[in-house]
Amino acid sequence: MSLTRDDVTKVAFLARLQLEPHELDTFTGQLNSIMDFVAQLQEPDTADIEPLAHGVEIHNVFREDRAVPSLTREAALSNAPKRNQESFLVPVVLD
Amino acid sequence: MIEPTRMSAVELINQMSAGHLSAEEVTRAYIDRIDRLDRSVKSFLLFDPESALTVARSIDQKRRNGEHLGPLAGVPIALKDNLCTPGLPTTCGSRMLQNFRPPYEATVIRKLREADAVFIGKTNMDEFAMGSSTENSAYGATCNPWDLERIPGGSSGGSAASVAADFAPLSIGSDTGGSIRQPAALCGIVGLKPTYGRVSRYGLIAFASSLDQIGPFAHDLADTSLLLQVISGHDPHDATSVDSPVPDYLATLEKPPERLRIGLVREFFSEGLDPEIEAAVREAVRLYVGAGATVKDVSLPHSKYGTAAYYIVAPAECSSNLARYDGTIFGHRAADWSPRTPEEAEIPPLIRMMMASRAEGFGAEVKRRIMLGTFALSAGYADQYYNQALKVRRLIRNDFDAAFADVDVLIGPTTPTAAFKLGEKAADPLAMYLSDIYTITTNLAGIPGLSIPCGLTKSGLPIGLQLMAPAFAEENLLRTARVFERQTDWHTRRPSLA
Amino acid sequence: MDYTIIIGLEIHVQLQTESKMFSASGTAFGLPPNTQTDPVSLGLPGTLPVMNRKAFDLALKTAMALGATISRFTKWDRKNYYYPDLPKNYQISQYDLPFSLGGSLDIPAQKEGSGGGQCRLTRVHLEEDTGKLTHGVGGWSEVDLNRAGIPLLEIVSEPDIRNAADARACLEELRLTLIYLGVSDCEMQEGSLRCDANVNLHIQKDGKTIATPIVEIKNLNSFRSVERALEYEAERQYAKWQKDGLTIKDAFKETRGWSDPEGITKPQRQKETAADYRYFPEPDLVPVVVDDAWLDRVRATIGELPGPRRKRFETEFGLTPYDANVLVEQGQDVADYFETLAKTAGDAKLASNWIQQDVMRILSERKLKLAEFPIKIEVLGDLLRRVHIKALSTHQGREVLAKLLESDESLEQIIEAGGYGVISDRNALSKVIEEMIAANPKAMEDLKGGKKKPDAVKGFLRGQVMKATGGKADPSLVGDLLDERLANVQD
Repeated sequence: MSLTRDDVTKVAFLARLQLEPHELDTFTGQLNSIMDFVAQLQEPDTADIEPLAHGVEIHNVFREDRAVPSLTREAALSNAPKRNQESFLVPVVLD
Repeated sequence: MIEPTRMSAVELINQMSAGHLSAEEVTRAYIDRIDRLDRSVKSFLLFDPESALTVARSIDQKRRNGEHLGPLAGVPIALKDNLCTPGLPTTCGSRMLQNFRPPYEATVIRKLREADAVFIGKTNMDEFAMGSSTENSAYGATCNPWDLERIPGGSSGGSAASVAADFAPLSIGSDTGGSIRQPAALCGIVGLKPTYGRVSRYGLIAFASSLDQIGPFAHDLADTSLLLQVISGHDPHDATSVDSPVPDYLATLEKPPERLRIGLVREFFSEGLDPEIEAAVREAVRLYVGAGATVKDVSLPHSKYGTAAYYIVAPAECSSNLARYDGTIFGHRAADWSPRTPEEAEIPPLIRMMMASRAEGFGAEVKRRIMLGTFALSAGYADQYYNQALKVRRLIRNDFDAAFADVDVLIGPTTPTAAFKLGEKAADPLAMYLSDIYTITTNLAGIPGLSIPCGLTKSGLPIGLQLMAPAFAEENLLRTARVFERQTDWHTRRPSLA
Repeated sequence: MDYTIIIGLEIHVQLQTESKMFSASGTAFGLPPNTQTDPVSLGLPGTLPVMNRKAFDLALKTAMALGATISRFTKWDRKNYYYPDLPKNYQISQYDLPFSLGGSLDIPAQKEGSGGGQCRLTRVHLEEDTGKLTHGVGGWSEVDLNRAGIPLLEIVSEPDIRNAADARACLEELRLTLIYLGVSDCEMQEGSLRCDANVNLHIQKDGKTIATPIVEIKNLNSFRSVERALEYEAERQYAKWQKDGLTIKDAFKETRGWSDPEGITKPQRQKETAADYRYFPEPDLVPVVVDDAWLDRVRATIGELPGPRRKRFETEFGLTPYDANVLVEQGQDVADYFETLAKTAGDAKLASNWIQQDVMRILSERKLKLAEFPIKIEVLGDLLRRVHIKALSTHQGREVLAKLLESDESLEQIIEAGGYGVISDRNALSKVIEEMIAANPKAMEDLKGGKKKPDAVKGFLRGQVMKATGGKADPSLVGDLLDERLANVQD
């Protein structure tokens, strides 16, 4: 496995990270050495092994359908980087 | 009477309920110590003496009124800064959340508040709990109270250092791959990662959801048991918190374990283990044999893949968990997202805003893991990396299941080395990752792991002994550890901070 | 022009729960922005989702009613993509193990001969709704998270539909079914029922079938726009193919948005150049295991669905297919009302007519719901029974109904006070007929002289009799008696 600078650029865009050119170089090197290290995951025979995705294997945990009062709008918007009286504001989305 | 800051939580509770000390006196003693000494340790990100004193005084008032008091009444406690405290800054060690004040309360915080604990401050941590040295904090590193030129471990380094330095008798950390046990070992205190699902994660800012677990730090096992009891239990706000009764860990701590069958993990005595640490662990084993334990060698053959599996699973989950920090609803938004290159001009402003905000808000280690995880989940690679890592994770858990068929507790070193120097591993992420080599597998398996002090190196650095038990066997884990603690005095040692 | 339109639907249905899918804030429509949120639906750091049991039950109910196979083991996955209406930048959804596979939608038969079959379903899965973006002024868009986290059912069909009218009819039938099931209010204008359509053409040329590139049409916010957009798109694709000859092999799926005012579809900007959703199991939620007992419990809550009900109204109540459909389409409450009224009145056709003509008119004039209809169903049934047994004429019945609406008096009181009733005593009516003949000698003369036709004379005399009896004479009996009486006069 060898990730090119281009591969890392694509991953960074997918992850919405703007990288400086020097970061791109550093990360390309570091990610490659990590990927070389994790290549050992291919060694064990996992043919009949079920993936284990959860920390605890339980099932059917539900809550009852009961509504509680909303956060106040002020509380909801309290951490907004930019807002007006009633909403969060983001640079205009063009569709 | 000895200094309150040298007492355990249990002793403080006894002194306060006997009327020999007030919560205010206790709190003030810790505040004074922090004022004097934290400038060299730097364990706190938020230290609010006035609020702590106000709470302490209200507890004293309640006591005078004969009102019901919680099990931690008047005991100061330090909180890792990834736990949501309503209205108070909760930074997660990140610039991204520099101004974040949660409009809600973490379940563990609520339980501690209802137990009448006194929140003394919020502690430094590796950014988003990613790291093993606390050097990844956006707010500067914390120093190890045993040697201020060394790291306290991480990611809960601030919480571990605060207890080691007697800035609080108790603290709370979180452990995703060793972030409680490793700093506990390096700071010479007790740290427990409970079984996954034992403690609610609601309000714990997620790093890797299937691995994260909140746990206690303390000087000794009695305090650890007491704190574990307060924070444990099912929470309707956390679907992965398990609905099973919480034992009275403190009440049963002094009862010797019914069986003392100990497994020594062969793979944990591998290349890279410091001989001084190996010697201390072997000494602990001799002590257990002397106490009547049967000790056998066990193998966890797939544990050697633990670090590799972890560095796929945890980054994959983190890449998704941290996607929400995009400058939209909360967190840092860049001031300027204008394009810097012709290529960037092709990207819509909204996306440029997100990319610039994330670039500014996150540190290098967080970015590295987000990219690693994004790649491991991406089309064409998910089977090879993410899904394969989950299968290896199953093999690792199967190894533990097999081992626990014959033994009750597994032991080994918590870390391969004692605390390293600040900056020593900062440039080599992989070397840093390997400092969690012995702790990572319990997170992957979901089982509890405990680190207790078991010695000091020749240069005076603490050594941790790690004990692991089957899921939800914390009670036996603590009792087994207590066999060692009762016969040693490592837990009473303190660094000399002048 | 020899082509077939190939249509598949992707339908989103908001489930009617009190609280959101994974958290406890409410689910109302139309509240002021950001006044229906909680830490979880804002995606705040540290929050965790917990599944709403009712949402899952409603999802099971829907899938079972659509004849789907319920998975015994299902799990949640994260669909990762960055968009400001998705506060976590991932949507909790279902990827490889949806709770339901297969099933079908009915395509009602159309007048011009199409329809009448079924559209197979690929899958039904549960996910959380997103918030809403409004393009504001000054280069900013507003984000409102009231809707974020409302339970959403995604129903994905196979490309089984072959014309635009069928697509519309299929969707309308689904809407009716969902309303009967009580799982959603299905308001397309409010977005609780949303539909995207995938469409392309199979063109026959030189004995070969050529498929055009698939287009996904979005922004279909009424049944009419579904039909219009598909009609438009078929023509557009055919014209485009004639021009550029591009086939499904030459182009990726395109997303186009329907513009209702312009009546055209327009290309939409893609959210991401190549979507890579990086699905993986949601670690914060545990899987769901469904057993027989659970399925039985849900099955028991599924009432009679529109299709079977229409058939029963025809066979059991003798209604015409038209009447049966009108009553069933009005919704379950109307159909239930009809059944009760038909039984009380003892006359299904009469009940059907009165509901369609009178009850519906009164409700719409007074802007009432059926449950608020001012006259109790037993009273209306009693009134119709009297009409049915001819104790009241239809005309009288309507007058009584009008009085019932305006006064507090009982049916009995109104009938008594108004002197309503029908004279159906042969002797009494014969006597009145003789009196009217005596009083109008010219009528008989005209008849005898052949100056007027018997029907005209009969009509005149019947009018006189009705007038003389204050409208109470049984009109058909008067007719019979007049027939007999006038037959003797001729020749």
